[in-house]
Amino acid sequence: MEDFSVIGKRIPRIDGRAKVTGEARYAADYAFPGMLWCKIVRSPHAHAKILHIDTSRAEQLPGVKGVLTGKDFNGWAWGWMPKTREEEPLATERVRYLGEAVAAVCAVDEDTAEEAALLVQVEYEELPGVFDPEEAMKEDAPQLYDHVKNNVSWDFHMDFGDVEKGFREADLVREDRFVTGRVITGYLEPPAAVAMYDDSGITLWGAKQSPYFVYRHLADCFKLPLNKVRVIQPFVGGGFGGTKNDSLAGDFCAALFSKRTGKPVKFVYTMEEVLMTCRRRHNMIVHNKMGMKKDGTITAMHSRVIADGGAHTAIGPLTMYLTGCMSTLPYKLPNFKHDAYRMYTNNPIGAAMRGHGVTHTRFAAEVQMEIMAEELGIDPVAVRLKNAVTAPHETVNKVTVNSCGLVEGIQTIADHPHWKERDQRKHTDGPVMHGAGISATSYLGGARQRGHQSCAAVIRLCEDGTVNYLTGATDCGQGSDTVLVQIVAEELGLAVEDVDIKRVDTALTPCDAGSYGSRVTVLAGKAAQEAARDVRNQLAAFAAKKWEVRPEDIRFRDGRVFVEGSPDQAMPFDKLAKFACYSGSGAVILGRGYSDYGIDILDFEKGIGNAGTSYSFTSQLTEVDVDTETGFIRCTDMVIAHDCGRPLNPINVEAQNQGAAMQGVGQALYEEFKMDHGRTLNPTLLDYKMPLAPDTPDIHVIDILTDDPDGPFGAKEASEGAIVSAPPSVITAVHHATGIWFKEQPLTPERVVMALRKQNHTHSSMDKM
Amino acid sequence: MEMKEIRFVLNGEPVESRVPPWRTLLEMLREDFMLTGAKEACGQGECGACTVILGGKSVNSCLVPAVEADGQEVLTIEGLADGETLHPIQEAFVEHAGMQCGFCTPGMVISAKFLLDRNPQADVEAIKEGIAGNFCRCTGYTKIVESISAAAEAMKGRR
Repeated sequence: MEDFSVIGKRIPRIDGRAKVTGEARYAADYAFPGMLWCKIVRSPHAHAKILHIDTSRAEQLPGVKGVLTGKDFNGWAWGWMPKTREEEPLATERVRYLGEAVAAVCAVDEDTAEEAALLVQVEYEELPGVFDPEEAMKEDAPQLYDHVKNNVSWDFHMDFGDVEKGFREADLVREDRFVTGRVITGYLEPPAAVAMYDDSGITLWGAKQSPYFVYRHLADCFKLPLNKVRVIQPFVGGGFGGTKNDSLAGDFCAALFSKRTGKPVKFVYTMEEVLMTCRRRHNMIVHNKMGMKKDGTITAMHSRVIADGGAHTAIGPLTMYLTGCMSTLPYKLPNFKHDAYRMYTNNPIGAAMRGHGVTHTRFAAEVQMEIMAEELGIDPVAVRLKNAVTAPHETVNKVTVNSCGLVEGIQTIADHPHWKERDQRKHTDGPVMHGAGISATSYLGGARQRGHQSCAAVIRLCEDGTVNYLTGATDCGQGSDTVLVQIVAEELGLAVEDVDIKRVDTALTPCDAGSYGSRVTVLAGKAAQEAARDVRNQLAAFAAKKWEVRPEDIRFRDGRVFVEGSPDQAMPFDKLAKFACYSGSGAVILGRGYSDYGIDILDFEKGIGNAGTSYSFTSQLTEVDVDTETGFIRCTDMVIAHDCGRPLNPINVEAQNQGAAMQGVGQALYEEFKMDHGRTLNPTLLDYKMPLAPDTPDIHVIDILTDDPDGPFGAKEASEGAIVSAPPSVITAVHHATGIWFKEQPLTPERVVMALRKQNHTHSSMDKM
Repeated sequence: MEMKEIRFVLNGEPVESRVPPWRTLLEMLREDFMLTGAKEACGQGECGACTVILGGKSVNSCLVPAVEADGQEVLTIEGLADGETLHPIQEAFVEHAGMQCGFCTPGMVISAKFLLDRNPQADVEAIKEGIAGNFCRCTGYTKIVESISAAAEAMKGRR
């Protein structure tokens, strides 16, 4: 193992102090003199024509400074791809989900804005709606878009090897239907922003985890050059994909109100708006067919995926892509067919969420694999080891794995006392049953979408030997600022305290794709590394000249600069910095770098190639208590063996795994939007149940070191694997405890009690026979 | 509607304010005193992001009328540190990765203080119960519980 000074250390977060003192400011904490408040008027119907909007009563309310409707945006719409630009800031002719924005008001204060919003009168003609993706596929289903046939928002197909041959070669073939639930990212900070439109263009202080999306959207919507759009990043209260990776009605309306009034305009969504109208995870139906030989070898898999896309396409094409392209990991799969359909419905929009796309199909395949292993009398560990990929590996769809800690991870879990003693620890008598289950997954890091995908860094050397590091990558809570600063510090031989990082400001920081797909540490980290090396090389040239040695023999470490093998030739870093900056008439030392790797061919139509630059592997053990009287399930213990290549900050890697696992537990057990004809019936944190502290088991994280050749210091992703591995490990544990295979998430108390009753009924009927 | 004049002690300083009866304690703290540490997330007393200590009790300040502060002492996250010196709970949260995005952190730290003031020996189960009214999506709570445990340990010597 290489000896690092800063990398691999449990360094506290650099923003920790600001966050524990209340000093850290989030978008809603910003206020400016003369600031106005914007409020969105939303549709009470899931599907309706807008016949007429009467804004006069709202405009006449004292304190109101303006009302906007869809036509104020002159037909502008946005979307993830050119052909899916279908979402308007405010709907003009038709609303397609309940809560879609139709108008906006701005007023001198929040109360007046709320009152004015109620005075906007919209006349609708209700249209029949469709609320189930399988219903939406039917020929006579109500149609959401005139130009789209059969409500198919996006479909995606893969076909590799020969699945029919694979099924023929199998000793056992199974078909099952799996369902994932309607869940939301669950960030605590509701979306908020303050927009200012003045002579310098638009400035937006916005809660965005990928500020360069809204930067491009605002430029396009307001016909401004990009150098006139400035998105400044406050601290961000959680992201997890979806909403904060996109623009909102509020962003566009606040900017337009500011343009018209000359005042800063603020909006803050309520939690009810978040839960009723913001982007959520697609709920999906996965029809999975798998073939297996007697020895456990998987011969083929065919997945048919039907996703509830809601009213707009948003980032859905990528979601569909990820449901398939990642199915060929973490197990060897020689024959694979995938048919994915994203259906428009009159529900709120399905979009990205941590574990994007992969969580649905991994859950289906992982559980089905274990059902089949059980039928064939194969141990859960054995079936995984039988099929586990090892590095180097290329999947049938040309996903290339260069480092892989899967086998070691599964073995680590198998050797854990809680797994070894699972049958002793198991109990099925008494009202609370206990069981243990395992799962494994892979997740991509350094994810790519379409378009501009690199991350960049600029490092400015100050004459006192400290540096300013600029990145366009956003820390929305995951701790990336700390890790990126560690990378810069390590490369320059500095301490973390010597490196300053500011929040993203699109007027100052280099362009960046965003914080999604576990790409920041890998790609922004690579850029930081390159920029720091650029500074180091420039400094080394000065030192080499002074000492009359070769620049490549100069070393930077622990605040000192020295010649390799020559301890007398050494000086403190700050001395060299001063010497270099004051050489001649004065030098300016700026380092720059960007990530240009991971640019091999990706066929987005056929699902061929690497959607990320590297792949993590997660193996997980979960133990559960199942209360057979109430149906309530509680996780009691978790062990996560995670291969993130090399943890650059181990305490942060643990924290990411723990947080992801609990989000996965919420998805598997507790969280579910209840819907009625497009209306979300539980849009409060009281009724939409996310895990609280008493729900948390003991979560032990074990790092599996593999040092990926493509990652900075060997690093791969650390924040998404465990949200994918948690649900199947919960479900296999519940099976161990109860003998029941659940194929539908979440395992609510009601579902559990009903399944136990059915099981008892079946048993007692069998007893009578 | 009539404005009410109130006087109270805010983070150790006597203050006065004029508030309408419908103004919440959270709105007054954030907008009139510019103390934006306490957050509004759910606005319904479910998430605990707005937790402050009022008259010795932890409250969801989004549900409490500002007039309730009259004659009371109010402690917000901004008043917890002693100048530059962090409170041991704050120190522990920094040291043990007790926060990620930080949005729940002011409320979480205040709840932890209220808990440890009442029960300095709080064990893991008591800590989990003590913060059961504070929602966090990022951490999965493990590191928060570890932080509070570490703070309890650190505070033992100082009592």
